[in-house]
Amino acid sequence: MSKEYWRWPEYRRTVPGKDWKDAKVVSAGVDIGSVSSKTVIMTDGELYAYSIMRTGSSSPDSAQKAMDWALEGTGIKLDDIKYTVGTGYGRVNVPFANRAITEIACHARGANYIWGPTVRTVLDMGGQDCKAIHCDERGKVTAFLMNDKCAAGTGRGMEVFADLLSVSIEEVGSMSLSVEKEPEPVSSTCVVFAKSEAVGLLRKGWPKDMVLAAYCSAMASRISELLEKIKVEKDFVITGGIAKNVGVVKRLEDIIGFKALPMKEGFDPMTAGGLGAALFAKALYERSAQAA
Amino acid sequence: MITAGIDMGAKNVKVVILEDNKILSKGMILGGFDQKASAEKVFNETLQKAGLSRNNIEHVVATGAGKDVAPCANGEISMMGADALGGAFLFPSARTVIDVGAEEGRAVKCDEEGKMLDFVINERCAAGAGTFVEAMSRALEVKLEEMGPLALKAQKAVPMNAQCTIFAESEVVSLIHAKTPKADISRAIHDAIADRIASMTRRLGVQRDVVLVGGVAKNAGFIESLKRALGVDLLVPDEPDFVGALGAALAPMRKNGEK
Amino acid sequence: MHVIVHYGYKDGSGEYFISVDTDKCNSCGDCVEACPAGVLEMITMMIDLEDELVAAVTEEHRKKIKYSCAPCKPEKRPPCVSACEQEAITHTWKPL
Repeated sequence: MSKEYWRWPEYRRTVPGKDWKDAKVVSAGVDIGSVSSKTVIMTDGELYAYSIMRTGSSSPDSAQKAMDWALEGTGIKLDDIKYTVGTGYGRVNVPFANRAITEIACHARGANYIWGPTVRTVLDMGGQDCKAIHCDERGKVTAFLMNDKCAAGTGRGMEVFADLLSVSIEEVGSMSLSVEKEPEPVSSTCVVFAKSEAVGLLRKGWPKDMVLAAYCSAMASRISELLEKIKVEKDFVITGGIAKNVGVVKRLEDIIGFKALPMKEGFDPMTAGGLGAALFAKALYERSAQAA
Repeated sequence: MITAGIDMGAKNVKVVILEDNKILSKGMILGGFDQKASAEKVFNETLQKAGLSRNNIEHVVATGAGKDVAPCANGEISMMGADALGGAFLFPSARTVIDVGAEEGRAVKCDEEGKMLDFVINERCAAGAGTFVEAMSRALEVKLEEMGPLALKAQKAVPMNAQCTIFAESEVVSLIHAKTPKADISRAIHDAIADRIASMTRRLGVQRDVVLVGGVAKNAGFIESLKRALGVDLLVPDEPDFVGALGAALAPMRKNGEK
Repeated sequence: MHVIVHYGYKDGSGEYFISVDTDKCNSCGDCVEACPAGVLEMITMMIDLEDELVAAVTEEHRKKIKYSCAPCKPEKRPPCVSACEQEAITHTWKPL
C-alpha cells in the first residue's frame, strides 16, 4: 500500500476546563471548503471545541460528519446549539445551518478573534483557493480578493508537489528550509508546468530539499503578487493550511518585509472561517432573541 | 530552392523539407530531455528520407518554443507567422488559424497570402493547451488517442467548473465517483478546453475560413467541441502537427516574393 | 466604510479582475443587464450584520474572466463599467 504523501492529519479537540452547560449561547460555525471541512463550537463567544477533516465527495454528508465529530465526547446535541452559520464553498449544503454567510465576512472576523484588533491583513490559503483580506479593528472587511481559479498558491498545488517528491505534506516546509543556499524559484507559476520543471531538476541531480525550496519560493512570490492588490498592512496574519508550511511563510515574510503574527496557542489556523461563522451565529441569535 | 523548417515544439520536434512548394519529406520525434539532440536526429533522418544532405538545403528556418536551440538553423520565424503561412498554404481560403499545441494555444488572423495580421496567445496555463487533455486522460484512465473517439460517443453534455488542470483532475475523479459515464466525462473535458480556445479566438473576431492545426487537431472529440463552441465549420489538414514546420520552410520563399 | 470585493484571478497568463465597491453599489442592477455574457449577478451579502443587495461576479465566471470578458475588450470601457452611474465597478485587465 503506497503512502499518501499529501494526507494531512484530521483531528478534533475540546478546550479543557469548560462546561458548555454554563453557557447562555452555544453557537456553531461550519466551514465547508472544497478540500477540508471545519466545525467550530463556541460557548458565549469563546472557543469550546472543533474538528478538521477532509471534505468527502458529498457536501451535506461532510457537514453532518464534521459537526458530529466536533460534538463527539462533549455531550452537546444539535438541539443545544442555538444558531449555526454555514460558510465556505459548500455553505449552501449545510442542511442544519440557520443561514449561510460568505467567507468574505467570516474569515476576517475569525482572524480578529484569534489575534485581536491589530489585525489588518489576512492571507488565507485554502485547499483550492487563496484569499487576501483587509479588515479594520473590529474584524470588518474593507477589501477582499479571492483566487479560486488557479492551483498555484493553493494547498492542492502544494499537495501535488509533496506527492511528486514523496515527502509528507507536513515536512515540505521544514525540508525546504534545510537548504544551504536558496536556489532560483521555478520559473513557471502553473503547477502543471512547474511539475515538469521539477522533474527536469531532479534529473539534473537536484536533491529534494532544493526542489522544494525552488517551489516554495515560487509560491511565496505568487502569493505576494495576490496580496499586492490588497496592499499588505501590519498586523499581518496567515490562516488556512498553508500557515503550517514554514517554507512558504518564511519566504513570504522575506518578500513582504515583515513577519506575520505567529500562530496562537490553542487555535488551529484552519479554523478562522469557522470561528468567524460561529461568532456571527452568536450575534445573529442574540439579535433575534432581542427582537422577539 | 530547397528549404527546411524545424518546429521545436514543447513536446515534439517536427521537420519539413520543401522544394518549390512541394513537400519532399517530413519527420517528427519526441523532444525528450535533450531537445537539441532529438532535433539533430530527426533532421538527419528527414534529410535521408529525401535523399539529401545538409548542403542541399539553402535555408533552414526554426520556429517553436525551443527555436533558439534548433540545430543548423540560419533563420527563424515566430510560431504565429509560421501558423499563418502554413495554414494559408494548405487552405488558400484560410483567414483564421487556430494552433493548439502541447503547452500553448494560439489563434492567428491572416490574409490570403498567409501574412499574419493579428494574434492572441493563451500561454503559461496548462488548461488552454494539449497538456490539459493529456492530464485528464490519465485521471480518466483512458489512452490519450482514445479520448477523442470516446467523447464522440457521449450521451449528454456535463458541465465542468474547474478552469485549472489540477482542479479539473479532482473534478474528473468526482465525476467518476458519481458514476458519470466515461464518454460523457470525455466530452466534458473536450468541451471545456474548446470553450477556452473559442473565447480566446473571439477576441480576434472569427473570420472564415477557420483552420485548426497543432497536435490537438488530431483529436476528433476536440474538433467537434470546437466547432460547437465557435459555431463554424473547421478545416483540418491531414497531418496538423506539421503546419508550423511547413510554415517555417515556406518563410524564405515569401521573403523573396516568390509564391 | 468601503468594502471592495475583487473577483477574478492572476495566473501564468496575466491578471484579470472585476472589482465591486459595495458601498458605492446602490443595487440598481444596470451592470447585470449591460453584460452580454451573464458574468454579473445581484447577491445578498452580509455586511456588518446587515444583508445588502450588491453586484457580484457569478461563481461560474469567477474562474473564467479572461475568457468570458475578452470579447468586450475590457482594457477600454466595457459595458458594465459604462452602465454604472455610481462608478462602483472596475475592470483590471492585464494580459502578459
